Amino acid sequence: MIAKNLVIVGGGPAGLAAAKSAYDCGERDILILERESELGGILNQCIHNGFGLHTFKEELTGPEYAARYIDEVKKRNIEYKLSSTVIDISSDKVVTYVNSTDGLVQVKAKAVVLACGCRERPRGAINIAGMRGAGVFSAGTAQKLVNIEGYLPGKEVVILGSGDIGLIMARRMTFEGAKVKAVVELMPYSSGLNRNIVQCLNDFDIPLMFSHTVIDIKGKDRVEGVVIAEVDDKLRPMPETAQFIKCDTLLLSVGLLPENELAKNASVALSPVTGGAEVDDTMMTNVEGIFQCGNVLHVHDLVDFVSQESENAGACAVKYINEGAEKCEQVTIKCTKGVRYCVPHKLNCDDNFQSLNFKMRVGNVYKKVELTVTADGVKVYGKKRPVVTPGEMENITLNSQQIEQLKKAKEIVISLEGGQQ
Amino acid sequence: MKDVIIIGSGVIGSGIARELSRYSADIVVLEKGDDVSVGTSKANSGIVHAGFDAVPGSNKAKYNVAGNKMFDELSKTLDFPFRRNGSMVLCFDSADIGALQQLYDKGVANGVEKLSVITGEEARKIEPHLSDKVVACLLAETGGIVSPYELNIAYAENAAVNGVKFEFCKKVTNVSKKDGTFEVTCADGSVYHGRTVINCAGVHADEINNMVCPEKMHIVARKGDYILMDKTAGYLADHTLFQLPTKMGKGVLVTPTTHGNILIGPTAVDVEDKDNVSTSLEQLNIVFDKASLTVPELSRRTIITQFSGLRAHEDCDDFIIGESSVEGFYNVAGIESPGLSASPAIATEIAGQVATKLQLKLNSHFTETRKGIPHFATMSNTERQKLIDSNPLYGKIVCRCEMVTEGEIVSAIRRPVGAKDLDGIKRRTRAGMGRCQAGFCTARVMQILARELGEDMADVTKCGGESFIVEGRTK
Amino acid sequence: MIKEMICISCPMGCHLTVDATDINDIKVTGNTCPRGPIYARNEIIAPKRMVTGSVRVTGGKIPMASVKTREAIPKQLIFDCLEQLKTVTLKAPVHIGDVVIVDVAGCGVDVIATKEIAEA
Repeated sequence: MIAKNLVIVGGGPAGLAAAKSAYDCGERDILILERESELGGILNQCIHNGFGLHTFKEELTGPEYAARYIDEVKKRNIEYKLSSTVIDISSDKVVTYVNSTDGLVQVKAKAVVLACGCRERPRGAINIAGMRGAGVFSAGTAQKLVNIEGYLPGKEVVILGSGDIGLIMARRMTFEGAKVKAVVELMPYSSGLNRNIVQCLNDFDIPLMFSHTVIDIKGKDRVEGVVIAEVDDKLRPMPETAQFIKCDTLLLSVGLLPENELAKNASVALSPVTGGAEVDDTMMTNVEGIFQCGNVLHVHDLVDFVSQESENAGACAVKYINEGAEKCEQVTIKCTKGVRYCVPHKLNCDDNFQSLNFKMRVGNVYKKVELTVTADGVKVYGKKRPVVTPGEMENITLNSQQIEQLKKAKEIVISLEGGQQ
Repeated sequence: MKDVIIIGSGVIGSGIARELSRYSADIVVLEKGDDVSVGTSKANSGIVHAGFDAVPGSNKAKYNVAGNKMFDELSKTLDFPFRRNGSMVLCFDSADIGALQQLYDKGVANGVEKLSVITGEEARKIEPHLSDKVVACLLAETGGIVSPYELNIAYAENAAVNGVKFEFCKKVTNVSKKDGTFEVTCADGSVYHGRTVINCAGVHADEINNMVCPEKMHIVARKGDYILMDKTAGYLADHTLFQLPTKMGKGVLVTPTTHGNILIGPTAVDVEDKDNVSTSLEQLNIVFDKASLTVPELSRRTIITQFSGLRAHEDCDDFIIGESSVEGFYNVAGIESPGLSASPAIATEIAGQVATKLQLKLNSHFTETRKGIPHFATMSNTERQKLIDSNPLYGKIVCRCEMVTEGEIVSAIRRPVGAKDLDGIKRRTRAGMGRCQAGFCTARVMQILARELGEDMADVTKCGGESFIVEGRTK
Repeated sequence: MIKEMICISCPMGCHLTVDATDINDIKVTGNTCPRGPIYARNEIIAPKRMVTGSVRVTGGKIPMASVKTREAIPKQLIFDCLEQLKTVTLKAPVHIGDVVIVDVAGCGVDVIATKEIAEA
């Protein structure tokens, strides 16, 4: 068994930012474990632009954004291992990984940052009946095949789900010569960005069908078509609206799930809403010294916020390594009235942050609302929003004065006030 | 001239091939798919039934009880997953306890050991997640679970090692007998001559029989939908939990799999098209709702996939096993439940009959044991280290969900009767069988298959035929 | 000419109705802020898009290099640009910013690499 102060699981945007920030806080004994053969994580296959407006004030592609952080990590000579998969993490922070050159290695860490991202919800999880031939892909798998391997999954495509990956893939497949016949969305609204609806669908006259879903898949060896139907207000398909669309490929963009099997083994408590850990304002989970950030904590839509959150996690991990955990009162942050969740979930009363960032998602589309934070019923913070949607994470920053108010409270509530659905 | 032509490489065809490979004989197995275990044998409940269900005196009863007893040793010899987890038949209405008792009596008549009727309370002590509504149950301690395709593959590999030839993409279109010799013609034009033919064609066994036998057969494909749940739901059941058939219907089972998932199903719908393995939303909902009666805690959130399988139901409602009226033509047909449980006994019986007929001599080079692919996920860390030392490819995890290494995938391809497509890799290694359902490993497994088989990635299929994964290069 | 479009200047996503019968006097309704008409006019008069894609690489650790137009190009030239990408094969190593195509589709904008690819 070897010893390390800080082990970071995952070399994608979250892990890289955490490593950079931990180094800049003085930590030198860092190890990044990455299962793929290069650093950068999922950004490597996101070759479209639109990354980094907040962080770098310019629009980068995924690989370019990753390269900025990879450079930072390399400049600092932070140790990383590629093609190395973590197979276990214990609650006393022994991280077990394997690769072809080192074999099986156990690392006793003082702190662990889990930055291992999320996975896509597969067909089975959404219960689409029908045949089980080739041609059904999650959008991310198709993205990898097209952008990394250079293979086209199919020529006539239907996409289920209008999340950003689905929209991006509609354009991508069109660019590579496929015909995207429709994007089908169960909900009456899209969870993707408007910009992507305009530039990935409307630009190419790809129809976006709201309140529809795929109810059957036809074709023995390979998909030959799908049957779609409109759904009622309880999201149940209405058989009389069924229509057949001929296609050879069905892409699924039906949600992302934090990948938390390792965390579970380490007894990390997970939120039933996000699927990620419940963390305090230092990004620490219920297990002392285990931190989470990025998509393994909750699924983000902008990588800039992943970086920001992860830099905080890296810095807090170093503070923990040097000073140990704070033994103090915690206030749980309650989310009501349209707010589904907030990260962090808890506030440490002893922390002394100059500012604190709260990230949250709403459960539906609301217009003309105010996002408020109250401490024992007293409004501490309010932010008026013309529109909030489940697809766009809300991000608010509180100053030290406001934080002081919250820390004294017995109950912190975040809610949407006013407005209409 | 072949001594034996076996049609079909499901668990029956492969099992017979393996048992016959104990003898010196020229044996070929003709399979219409591109791999073994691609029909009924791959998509079923994976249950080794105790044997209380079949009508006393029937072939089903006889071979089930005999087959069940063979699994402990066979699973060690051929290295496939099997566990004697015991099964329970649940009774939800005290009015039905009589039927439960009848089942017990039938079991005793069939020679099933270790049967008992226990109360609902006692049942819940053994299975704490069982419904409160269970009033009594028949406990059969000899019931077990097996990985059906791994049993099938183990049989085939061992048969191949002992000289049996497996020929794929050989759809038999005609069987005839001239001058004491059988002529078997395939769709691709190839012709095989043999002294004997063993018909193990599953749902298509009637078609094969009817080509050559005057006594006609009729098999209906009875489709059953299943739902597979994540391993995180695995704690919900340890025994195989059947529902006592009532006038309300047959019920569905809830069972752990040998790999720790929970499997629920099947329904039963007779279908015209014997290749139709599509699931239907309606049937899947029935499966889930009925299974929830047994284990109310089942959650749709833990579902990872659905599939359906076809059972070969012959009109006579029993296994048809043995030489037909055409000398040298053997039928092993109508092998529906408990066919999997019966398969070792059937294989031994038919191999014995054919060997006697052909007066075969024992094969002095017969290798009885087969070692499966190393299973990295279930090893100790010391074993893992040793494995990686022996071959660094075992240090490369390809499938995260099931922790499958590149070494295992390469082994699956290079073995006798090796994998040629994604589904073949999945059945042999579990890569792609986990909760992400191959989202992450598809591209990687395609690369490995292409490299090992000397193909382009565009040639890689999901399950042979036209099931190509990708269209071609983008540029 | 009446056109429907969604304004992407902010998450509000106003559905704009644009009357461009007179190109010198484009009328926009449906907007909630002044950014709407500006967006609509640009979309009517000179819509531009960044194009991202990939080109073949030989001798590299991976077979494809991601690329982008250095800046947005006229929307109607997107597919000309994509056609030209098919004709290019890079040799590893590839560096971010390497020019892949000079003056793509004759619009004065270069296509550049967005990915570091080391030699195999």
